[in-house]
Amino acid sequence: MTIDALTGVLFIPALAAALLAVLPGYRMTARLNVAATTLTFLCALSMFVRRPPTGAYLLVDDLNATFIVLTTFVGFTTSVFSASYIAHELETGRLTPPFLRFYHAMYQVLMFAMNLALVANNIGLMWVAIEMATLTTVLMVGIYRTHEALEAAWKYFILGSVGIALALFGTILIYMAARPVVGEGLDAMVWTVLVKRAGGFDPALLNLAFIFLLLGYGTKVGLAPLHAWLPDAHAEGPTPISAVLSGLLLNVALYALLRFKMLLATNADALAPGPLMVTLGLISLVFAAFMLYRRRDIKRMFAYSSIEHMGIITFAFGMGGPIANFAGLLHMTMHSLTKSAIFFAVGNVAQAKGTQRIADIGGLTETHPTLGWGLILGVVAIAGLPPLGIFMSEFLVVSSTFARAPALAIILVFGLLVGLAGLFLRINGIAFGEPRGPNATAQASYVPMFAHLAIVFAAGIYMPPALVAWFHNVAGLLG
Amino acid sequence: MSRIDFDVAHLLAGTLVLISFLELYQDRLYALLNVYALHALVLAASVAWQALIQDAPHLYVTAGIALVFKAIVIPVALHRMIVRLGIHREIDEVVGIGFTMLAGMGLVALSMVVMLRVTHNADPLAQEDLAFALAVVLLGLLMMVTRFNAVSQVIGFMSLENGLVLAATGAKGMPLVVEISVAFSILIAFIVIGVFLFRIRERFDTVDVQALDQFRGERR
Repeated sequence: MTIDALTGVLFIPALAAALLAVLPGYRMTARLNVAATTLTFLCALSMFVRRPPTGAYLLVDDLNATFIVLTTFVGFTTSVFSASYIAHELETGRLTPPFLRFYHAMYQVLMFAMNLALVANNIGLMWVAIEMATLTTVLMVGIYRTHEALEAAWKYFILGSVGIALALFGTILIYMAARPVVGEGLDAMVWTVLVKRAGGFDPALLNLAFIFLLLGYGTKVGLAPLHAWLPDAHAEGPTPISAVLSGLLLNVALYALLRFKMLLATNADALAPGPLMVTLGLISLVFAAFMLYRRRDIKRMFAYSSIEHMGIITFAFGMGGPIANFAGLLHMTMHSLTKSAIFFAVGNVAQAKGTQRIADIGGLTETHPTLGWGLILGVVAIAGLPPLGIFMSEFLVVSSTFARAPALAIILVFGLLVGLAGLFLRINGIAFGEPRGPNATAQASYVPMFAHLAIVFAAGIYMPPALVAWFHNVAGLLG
Repeated sequence: MSRIDFDVAHLLAGTLVLISFLELYQDRLYALLNVYALHALVLAASVAWQALIQDAPHLYVTAGIALVFKAIVIPVALHRMIVRLGIHREIDEVVGIGFTMLAGMGLVALSMVVMLRVTHNADPLAQEDLAFALAVVLLGLLMMVTRFNAVSQVIGFMSLENGLVLAATGAKGMPLVVEISVAFSILIAFIVIGVFLFRIRERFDTVDVQALDQFRGERR
């Protein structure tokens, strides 16, 4: 086998996972974790220079190259944050050394599974990879072994398993639809073959398959009403995992949905997947926006904000067309960067204040100015205020929707405003006013947080033409 | 395909749906486990039969997994676990049997109507197989939502998964079936270990997942 970028993004995490599972000592293993994610990121970047060839199992095209670079980048910055964060968890005794070893190994397994899901050219392999990613995150969510963590892990486990099961049924139906046209065997599950021949598939089978896939992978995206696992899993797991869950795993599940949407789009008689995705997206957006202001737990609040934004992204991809797809891609990128930055900040806040309860956190800008203002900047970004990146993408979604379906745009804007109000109401109490709660210094690194926010800020002001052209190109692929 | 091939496959898949119904109204955990073992046994027979008539030897591996892992190892392990946890006498009934059975019948009718209509172009064996498989999947889901006991929920999930294996083997020539059934076995093993390792009972003094619900949402 020749060594190329593809083997890199798969083998480095796999190898690192095996090493991290046996090596002791947190300093060295945390560094090794960072080194592995750095190498993976560099490998992913090299895909732009030399595109690996497409096989029956693996594939790299413009669409998933974008996802892989985003995934490996956030995976890299999160590992930097995690290295400084986890030292504090060891000191306070929330994690013991054996669990830490397990945590690092699982982190790399998760990276491997997500990369595999993204590069899989075979819909069966993609399913296996997403199942693997689900399992590893379940184990990580339950790692603190407190009552709440176990509850969250169990709930995630059961709901995630049901979602995975429905997705498999949909995958089998796709194979059934492909078999009469493509013939028996491996080819009927290879995505590149499927998408070429999908015009001849039985539309009724394709429709049914898509419903199952939408419900199955939609559970993993966290679309309401299938979102019940998401807030718990985000609130109870270690904060780096919340960042990876929100910033990456939800995207991976969405990527799977997009692949099948592209498949259906090539069949003229099949149902248009757009309206279904638009409906689920809008429900998630409005529902999550209303849930925001009643939250008492800071991580849970931002978990609902993730549901809100996945709703917007699903909505944008559901609308389709070059502008909405462009906006969806941009929003997905910006959301991944911003939300993980927010979780980095929140992790610091929770360690400094010793609690995640919003009522016990106050006056952060006075006690921890850098952290407090960083968090405010993150919330301003995620709420979609100009001039940051999310404002641009939300503006594009809203304006393109106004041109095509004004009624939907009104609901969209309504949801966005409610979400914004809820977020500001809560962040006001957290960042300003009387300082409340304990006042330890935050130890974890601020660098990843500000690096993400800087990118989001820069993207809001100036996007390099090359990047815009690239996103346009990918948006065109999505149809 | 000869008539008898079709009839036996049909019989086995139909039996699987029937046993799913049996599972629905078992309110004692031991009895439920035994019925599940039977479910897995029939699945193994069904997969082996498919391997024979499709001339697909790799499916024997899937049948073997179903037989050894699902029909023997998992039920025995859960059996011992139930004794260790001291919940073997617990009665787990949430919704009335009458209602559950009616809902189950509705789901079977739904899957017949949907699948037979959608797959009319496929060959009759695959058509019937998929309809039955969807029925088993939906009955498994029904069982998961009508039970509060973690062990019964796990059994509901496992019978749901049996339906998926039935569908995958019925889809003639589907690649990766063995890999997928292995992946699923790992998932199930995780869940079963999870019940024990998460020590739901130790933490909550019960395996009743309703006890989990009181912590749902916000900690006050």
